Amino acid sequence: MIGDWWSYLTDPDNWDGRNGLWANIVEHVTYSGIAVGVALLIAFPLGLWIGHTGRGATLVVGTVNASRALPTFGLMVLLFILISPHFTGKTDLPYILPVEIVLLLLAVPPILSNTYAGLQSVDPAVRDAARGMGMTGGQVLRQVELPNAYPLIMSGLRSAALQVIATATVGAYIGLGGLGAPIYDATQQGPFQDTESSHLATGELLTGAFLVAALALLIDLVLATIQRYTTSRGITGRYRSSSDLVAPSEVAVRAAEGRTDLAPGGQQVAAL
Amino acid sequence: MRRTRAAGLVAAFAATALALTACGSSTSGSGSSSSTSSSSSSDSSSSAATGASSAPAGSSTASSSGSGSASGSTSGSASSGSGSATAGGGGAPGSVVIGSANFSESELLMNIYADALKAKGVTVSLKPAIGSREVYLPALKDGSIDLIPEYTGVLLAYFDKNSTATSSEDIYKALPAAVGPDLKVLDQAKAEDKDSITVSAETASKYNLKSIGDLKSVAGDLTLGAPPEFKTRADGIPGLKAKYGVEFGDFKTLDAGGPLTVNALKNGQIDAGDLFTTDPAIEANKFVVLQDPENLYTAQNIVPLINAAKSTPTIEAALNAVSAKLETTTLVDLNAKVGSGSDPATVAADWVKSQGLG
Repeated sequence: MIGDWWSYLTDPDNWDGRNGLWANIVEHVTYSGIAVGVALLIAFPLGLWIGHTGRGATLVVGTVNASRALPTFGLMVLLFILISPHFTGKTDLPYILPVEIVLLLLAVPPILSNTYAGLQSVDPAVRDAARGMGMTGGQVLRQVELPNAYPLIMSGLRSAALQVIATATVGAYIGLGGLGAPIYDATQQGPFQDTESSHLATGELLTGAFLVAALALLIDLVLATIQRYTTSRGITGRYRSSSDLVAPSEVAVRAAEGRTDLAPGGQQVAAL
Repeated sequence: MRRTRAAGLVAAFAATALALTACGSSTSGSGSSSSTSSSSSSDSSSSAATGASSAPAGSSTASSSGSGSASGSTSGSASSGSGSATAGGGGAPGSVVIGSANFSESELLMNIYADALKAKGVTVSLKPAIGSREVYLPALKDGSIDLIPEYTGVLLAYFDKNSTATSSEDIYKALPAAVGPDLKVLDQAKAEDKDSITVSAETASKYNLKSIGDLKSVAGDLTLGAPPEFKTRADGIPGLKAKYGVEFGDFKTLDAGGPLTVNALKNGQIDAGDLFTTDPAIEANKFVVLQDPENLYTAQNIVPLINAAKSTPTIEAALNAVSAKLETTTLVDLNAKVGSGSDPATVAADWVKSQGLG
């Protein structure tokens, strides 16, 4: 089994061409990227607004979370049947749209609820301090709430990306490429038996699954790295040397001051 | 940072699991299996009635299994996974698990077999929409299922890739030896349903297409839509190339003659599709089935394929009675009913009743 997988993975013939693995990976990343990107455009501003104003939280977050219960696969096939008659000719849109819609429905809830929850979890005292210093609503949002909520927002984005990458495989069932194609094709060619064609199918199936996992891991690593270097040091408490260390309470104060980007030094703390 | 790494690993496993379940759920269908057993009080009377009516059919199966044992040399190492060969001769009606492939006609036939068997007191459970032949035949061999509706030509091609038989009779004669001693081919029906390369009326007139061979010069610009197993099957892409020299410019993975293929052909996302000849959508959409003078698609009569250890005289008689009544026109009619939204189980039950089989 492992041998089947390795020989399929390392055969250059399987990587080239229109239906090769490279093409599958590019398609998979494209479909996933579009879904997560559009979800971010929708869910992030909405989450910020709800979290900042506290309006409509129950309704919106509840509705969006309930949409997680929608069966991805069934919805995709239904949408395909509904959408495809409206397109004629050589276009992939009737295949792409249903998949993107279900992936979008999958990606919005984690981003939205984490953005909202991140903003909600900001210590009210910090927010009050910021207001008390004369910050406007927008300033509070940008300089206090957002930096504090950032790790949670990023974790929402990461879990959305992960779910979308894993689920984008269903697109293969309605004829879309991506890394679902080797998995779905191989399941229909009778894997896990002792014939030559079956060994090939086994290798194809395992290669598809392996690449989905590898891709998810890679994307998560990239996002984790981005998160690490873009999170305010006032939040993470990561400083270059031990003399830079500050107490958590001061982190809050500093965050309220909007000086999240400043490297903390003894003088600044003393100046407070 | 360690937390990040651990999270990454968890992420990878979750992704694999999700990806596999996502695709798995599509192939194994609902995975539901319903089981029905007849009431024991009616057993004796119904099986007695079967014994009387099954005499002629029984003799014909005896001859077919005889030719099988003559050529099949391997001795009784009968590795059929299900150890419980409850069959026995005489009166016991037996019990079977009936499977079906992942397209509606196969599910319909599964239901017809089930109803006909239930009427004779056989305990029946169903495993619908298992997948392609490459998936359900191993399941039949390992005993996960006992019975499945099959098509003679493709069944022979699965077991014997070098077979040159194309006629109904030749294929049926070659089958018992090909499937081996563990499996048993019962009487074939007159009803036939083939794969076909089918194009829309516009495509046919645009390129002046009548037979598959006419595609040779234009196929490079065209897209073929078919189920995934079509890529590797002998009568799929390799066969098109070998017999007609036809190589399509692009291949789109769709379903086995189901709504995806019909829709894609109707709306022009594909130029040619693998449709089943009994599909009422061909008539409804004025699709053109391309002629096949080289017999890429051989005779495909419907035949029950059963695990030999699970077969009883009652079961064989009931299934052979179904085969005797099945005509190609029957299939087209019943497929049309299912296609227009009726439940395959109801359509099957109505037909079995109307034919006096249940």
